[in-house]
Amino acid sequence: MLELKNISFSVEADGQDKEIIRDVSLTIPDNKFVVVTGPNGGGKSTLARLIAGIEKPVSGSILLNGEDITDKSITERAKLGLGYAFQQPVRFKGITVLDLIRIAAGKRLTPGDACEYLSSVGLCARDYIDREVDASLSGGELKRIEIATVLAKGSTLSVFDEPEAGIDLWSFQNLIEVFEGMRENISNSSILIISHQERILNIADEIVVLRNGQLVKHGSKDEVLPELIGTSEAIKECRNGVVVRSGGEA
Amino acid sequence: MMKFDEIQLRLLSEVADLHSVPEGAYNIRSNGESAGRVSTANIEITPKEEGNGLDIHIKPGTKNESVHIPVVMTKSGLKELVYNDFYIGEGADVVIVAGCGIDNCGPDDSEHDGIHRFFVGKNASVKYVEKHYGSGNGKGKRILNPGTEIYMEEGSYAEMEMVQIKGVDDTDRKTTATLKANAKLIVRERLMTHGDQRAISLYDITIDGDGASADVVSRSVARDNSYQRFDAKIVGNTACHGHTECDSIIMDNGRILAVPGLEANNVDAELFHEAAIGKIAGEQLIKLMTLGLTEAEAEEQIINGFLK
Ligand SMILES: Nc1ncnc2c1ncn2[C@@H]1O[C@H](COP(=O)(O)OP(=O)(O)O)[C@@H](O)[C@H]1O
Ligand SMILES: [Mg+2]
Repeated sequence: MLELKNISFSVEADGQDKEIIRDVSLTIPDNKFVVVTGPNGGGKSTLARLIAGIEKPVSGSILLNGEDITDKSITERAKLGLGYAFQQPVRFKGITVLDLIRIAAGKRLTPGDACEYLSSVGLCARDYIDREVDASLSGGELKRIEIATVLAKGSTLSVFDEPEAGIDLWSFQNLIEVFEGMRENISNSSILIISHQERILNIADEIVVLRNGQLVKHGSKDEVLPELIGTSEAIKECRNGVVVRSGGEA
Repeated sequence: MMKFDEIQLRLLSEVADLHSVPEGAYNIRSNGESAGRVSTANIEITPKEEGNGLDIHIKPGTKNESVHIPVVMTKSGLKELVYNDFYIGEGADVVIVAGCGIDNCGPDDSEHDGIHRFFVGKNASVKYVEKHYGSGNGKGKRILNPGTEIYMEEGSYAEMEMVQIKGVDDTDRKTTATLKANAKLIVRERLMTHGDQRAISLYDITIDGDGASADVVSRSVARDNSYQRFDAKIVGNTACHGHTECDSIIMDNGRILAVPGLEANNVDAELFHEAAIGKIAGEQLIKLMTLGLTEAEAEEQIINGFLK
């Protein structure tokens, strides 16, 4: 279970404080599939980076399975069971796909075992296992390898930032099955996916809408999804009490 | 063959991946003397009359054979200058493994200056692997100054892999090459310096034949207070293709100077230079840390991959 309590984050831009996340509180329960959506620039990736420890909140706290991890490093959080697939995956000169999957798994997987992770993200493993994770890979290939590393790591809370981007040739159904399989394989685990895709929203247990750094809606799929379809530009103010009211009125 | 002590064996395995007597032709030089030499029917290794190096003759048409000529030095204060000449006959296809390991536990500098000349015959093909390695914690420096001269006949091919990852305090490397028509030269250099080390690598390549090409790529890492200079010059006198690249990571107070030098003397010469120097990208470190590595472990993985 992941708990965000009154998280705020701002950066300095042009000598002024720019608020990017405003007093967000959110609980991701165990065994749930939570999808975060909302307009571009709404703060979704920043929220993911705060969870992974890449950014530190200005105020508020983060708890993983009851333990306060607000002051823990990226490495410590990873070891405690956080996984994070980047929206824009990183390239490495000289590091192969096999190297990266082994690093993720934290052990010397056989090439055969590593291949299974690649197959599950729709890559023909034989063609990729010895490739370098460098500029020779296309955006879509890189994105799938990124997902494979998070699968190989195995976490109790995994965050995937727009995993469907660039994966146009591969059916969403496979991607969704991969996520479902992952959640079933790790007991009491949950998955947070950042996505605009209706098909991904459709498999969510809960949907969260983030806009202007504020959590404007959080509820079950059945509650939230009908309002979003076709009207994502016109998300109304939150009507029910699920959402903690914003304290950061700008 | 002479018996080796443990340090010598370790050096041999570092520079030539040798764990026992190599197959094919070889000469092992240890502390200034030959510690074993074998010629084969096609590859003849003979000492120069002056006693300061070897002549290695590879018969035309020799295929799939190898020559190992590793050098190890374990005596502090030894200085040597060696000339090795390789004559690679027409149409031959061979692998040459050189390399020098110095272990210096003493107070005096140890230095090995090796001048290697390659005469690559028409349509011959050679792959040359050279590794340099230093160890030992004596005050004396470990100094290696390799000179490589490559003379390429028409249609010949040479691939040079030169690696120096650890422990050499001071290096002045000079590589020159001249290429005739349709010759192809590929150089892959890997270099890491640390401590107060200093490494200089100069290339001077002249392309004199139509359709010839040269491609020199250096990947390097300068850490601590070390300094590197990469100076790559290609002169294109014909319709040819030349490319040099210096791709470097700096860490700590490391410094790198990359100097491009391209001279096109023919309208059909196409010459390129690329250079990039910078620290490890923060996002690379972050990605590996999200997989559970510490920052230091992440750094090590990134450097190891980069220099592989
Ligand atoms: N380190 C930063 N410095 C300045 N602005 C930032 C920084 N990180 C994010 N932002 C800004 O915060 C906003 C939210 O960005 P982001 O979290 O990437 O949104 P989303 O993922 O929802 O598209 C954007 O306006 C972005 O430009
Ligand atoms: Mg984003």
